[in-house]
Amino acid sequence: MAKTGTGPSLTPPIGDELARLEEIVRKLEADDVELDAALALFEEGVARLRAARERLVAAELKVQVVLEEADGDIRLTDLDA
Amino acid sequence: MTLPLTFSTPSPTDHVWSVGQLSASVRRLIESHPMPLWVRGEVVQVKVWSSGHWYFTLRDKKSQVKCCMWKMYAERGGRPPADGTEVFVLAKPALYEEKGEFQLSVTRIIPTSAMGRQQQELERVKSVLQKDGLFDLSRKRQVPSYASTVALVTSPDGAAIHDVVTVTRKRWPCARILVAGARVQGEGAVSELVRALSLVNRIPGLDVCIVGRGGGGREDLAAFNTEAVCRALAAVRVPTISAVGHEIDISLTDLVADVRAATPSAAAELAVSDRRDVLRLVDDLSVRLAAGLSGRTRLGRSRLARTADRLHAGVEAVLDSRRNLTDRLAAQLDALSPLRVLGRGYAVPMSEAGRVLKRRADFVPSESFRLRVADGDVRARVE
Repeated sequence: MAKTGTGPSLTPPIGDELARLEEIVRKLEADDVELDAALALFEEGVARLRAARERLVAAELKVQVVLEEADGDIRLTDLDA
Repeated sequence: MTLPLTFSTPSPTDHVWSVGQLSASVRRLIESHPMPLWVRGEVVQVKVWSSGHWYFTLRDKKSQVKCCMWKMYAERGGRPPADGTEVFVLAKPALYEEKGEFQLSVTRIIPTSAMGRQQQELERVKSVLQKDGLFDLSRKRQVPSYASTVALVTSPDGAAIHDVVTVTRKRWPCARILVAGARVQGEGAVSELVRALSLVNRIPGLDVCIVGRGGGGREDLAAFNTEAVCRALAAVRVPTISAVGHEIDISLTDLVADVRAATPSAAAELAVSDRRDVLRLVDDLSVRLAAGLSGRTRLGRSRLARTADRLHAGVEAVLDSRRNLTDRLAAQLDALSPLRVLGRGYAVPMSEAGRVLKRRADFVPSESFRLRVADGDVRARVE
């Protein structure tokens, strides 16, 4: 098990976000979705688009070093710039 | 000061060079060659100085050249070669200004006999790995489109880490780069690379693994041609990119990895998307999302209008049908009405209390009763 002070992000991978957005758009573009379901999809899509854009714009690359501790665990530490 | 090297000055009064100026200019000329060269020759007159530097002469049947190997390189080389050893040296031409001596500044020495052994070992490893299917195209995995966690197995002090970080920061700053450090050449490189690759397999949430180093001579890539490193790379559980940084020579890790990149920078480009492309995709999805909803509501309105029309028509039809039924029932009721029988000349005798008198016994002599005819009642009396 990795010990990480700054472990993996809890937000889903951006690829999953984009895949879900593509799915939402496809459903909306099809004619067989009910209007109230369409509105719900639209709201979800807007929220996801906003979050994705914010993630892409605000992100800052993180570089960490993988170290193995004496007990065999691995630890990630930020690499000094 | 840079003086032009010209050999046509006829008079000492035009311009006079000092020896130092001449040596400095010749040195610049000689040392301007950017790349080191491999030179083959026989080593003689080897001297190891207390400073740790090695000096020797490299010769063949026609010529000879003095060579120096500075301590930092000599230490890596192990023991100095014995006089008479046939070697390859990796060196840059240089000028020892104080003595005006042309020499080679050597960074590596490999006995030609060892080179032969290395080639044999390379062929052996290649054949074994090929037999085991490690080069098979069928086992190549695709690098994910939006890798967010990238492992980098390389030297913590090398240029590769800087190149990968620079490219990734520019293209995909949402990423996280996890550096598993290992020596990439010299003693211990193989075991450190194997250990780092096995460490990579224990990192959760990893998307892709880059293994590599910056440039280097063919000899510097030896660790990447070993069976142990190749097998450790093949065992990495995420897609791998080999970037050994040598465009001409292909290392065996290049063949084992899922993807080969010419340089660490190219590996980073293969590993992560370009943020600008993804932002364009997000913009496109925004437009499609808005258009999708707009189209859907327009469709809804038109469906609603059509439904209202159909509903209206349906209600009308039901009402019509009910009206017809009522008329029919009314006609039937009318046909069954006793009043219609009276219309044909029949009369119904009824008591004063309104009871229908059906039998003789119902009539009491001298009592009055009523006869119901088509247009009303007639009073009568029993005799």
